[in-house]
Amino acid sequence: MTQIAGKLFTWLNARLPIVNTFERHLSKHPVPSKVNFWYLFGALASVVLIIQIVSGIWLIMPYSNTEEQAFSSVEYIMRDVDYGWVIRYIHTTGASLFFAVIYLHMFRGLLYGSYQKPKELVWVFGCTIYLAMMAEGFLGYVLPYGQMSYWGAQVIISLFGAIPYIGESLELWVRGDYYISGITISRFFALHVVALPLVLIALVFLHLVALHEVGAGNPEGVDIEAHLDDDGVPLDSVPFFPYKVLNALVGIGVFMTVFSVIMFFFPEGGGYFIEMANFQEANPLVTPEHIAPVWYYAPFYTMLRAVPDPLGGLIVMGSAVAIFFVVPWLDRSKVASIRYKGLYSKIALTMFGVSFITLGYLGTVGVTEIRKTMSVICTIIYFAYFLLMPIYTKYETTKVVPQRL
Amino acid sequence: MQEKDKIRRKVLIGLTSAVGLSGLPFAATPFIAAWNPSAKAKAAGAPVKIDVSKMQYGQQIQVAWRKQPVFVVRHTDESLASLEKSVSKLADPNSETITEPYKGLNPTRSRSSEYSIMSGVCTHLGCSPKYYPEVEPKPWDESWNGGFFCPCHGSMFDMVGRVYKGVPAPTNLIVPPHMFDGSILTIGEDKEI
Repeated sequence: MTQIAGKLFTWLNARLPIVNTFERHLSKHPVPSKVNFWYLFGALASVVLIIQIVSGIWLIMPYSNTEEQAFSSVEYIMRDVDYGWVIRYIHTTGASLFFAVIYLHMFRGLLYGSYQKPKELVWVFGCTIYLAMMAEGFLGYVLPYGQMSYWGAQVIISLFGAIPYIGESLELWVRGDYYISGITISRFFALHVVALPLVLIALVFLHLVALHEVGAGNPEGVDIEAHLDDDGVPLDSVPFFPYKVLNALVGIGVFMTVFSVIMFFFPEGGGYFIEMANFQEANPLVTPEHIAPVWYYAPFYTMLRAVPDPLGGLIVMGSAVAIFFVVPWLDRSKVASIRYKGLYSKIALTMFGVSFITLGYLGTVGVTEIRKTMSVICTIIYFAYFLLMPIYTKYETTKVVPQRL
Repeated sequence: MQEKDKIRRKVLIGLTSAVGLSGLPFAATPFIAAWNPSAKAKAAGAPVKIDVSKMQYGQQIQVAWRKQPVFVVRHTDESLASLEKSVSKLADPNSETITEPYKGLNPTRSRSSEYSIMSGVCTHLGCSPKYYPEVEPKPWDESWNGGFFCPCHGSMFDMVGRVYKGVPAPTNLIVPPHMFDGSILTIGEDKEI
């Protein structure tokens, strides 16, 4: 029996690089021997991606993408489908935690210079994933056709209208109707469940292949490729399996605990994960008193509101996301990690973090004069972090990075 | 291969690619056009008729045209007379920055001297402003002269939908094409324009 299995495997492996691919991407590839918890979020992100795909497939089955039934089919999932509420709450909790994990993952990148040569492409693919995720999250939020789905989409689609000359016809083309109707949600449904997931999976594949080509970083910013053993394996590395896999499993365990607590006890996340207005069916004639995006878009929404002119707001908001793509070329520092960078970088990153969180808070509350001023100040700090990076990273005194990890 | 052949090959590759690429817009047409409003959607967006004679003075009603709110206001004489008072606060009192179908015809900005007809979609980001006709201090304006206030981002408009200075909305509320047949108001169509 084992002999037959062995022969079959040899036959397969001669035709398909099973062992090679598995070892290269899932077991033998060397990873730095010393990393910290910040390096867990990549693994967590792939776990959430799988959770979203599986729960999403199960949600498609009872969901109806028509104007008349979209809202009631979500209620049907919640009340009549056995365990439907669990599957929906897995998907909504997953969406919020996906962004939480990705924001921490991105912050890790800024903290330890994970975008520096030769990892520029890994970073760029990552930014593209983030962009695709934002689109995916937006499209998904429209599907239940609740009040916030409708009016949130109304605000976002109006952004196209701010583009000069073609804006209005572009808006009509995106909606396919004179308002956000069943026609709009059914096309958003197609994009949300087929087109963007395909793009996301392709991008995650590229992100990982590029990462395994150049190797993962570490919190010290030490180039482990500089000291190799006789087999060409970095001395300061361990194989992915079992060392990192078992490490990650602990992290995944903690993460799943948090996930379950939210899912079972606070699925609406106090109105931040699922907004209260979305428990009402969409009504194109009544605007909710207070339109706020879900928390993960809030920082960018604040920037949109901080600029009085819609086109200007659109440009600022777009640039705020786009600027992440060029970070590898903005950082002129000799060292990668914040541990060895100078005081300026530390101050800049702290201010950036604080302003990003403040922008997020401001996006979820109403507008007042003082908050308007604060959002302008935070937007300026946000952009200053990036735009001044070539200067402060170049002219600061850095510490000497050790040779070995 | 000779130099001459290499050039020939390049030209052929170029020509073949150009012909192939010229097919791209044709192939893309159905996919792009399928996103336009369908015949059914267009039919559902047809003009709507409403009898406005039953409206009270000072009353505002919302009519759905293309599922979008359209505001119809029947003004009192006092509110029309007080329009002048807030002109200094307006960004564009004469609608010079937008194309407006009935510019200069009536102070109401419409075909009628009594009714205002305007889109109930805020020109900032498409929320629906709310009607506050009372002349009294409001949280958003100490000397409020009546008008519309958008709850989303705080844009203010006067009683006939003209935008205030220093608010996010860039232009006055849009006046849709409309016509009166006696007291029957048709929104979405005007046979004379």
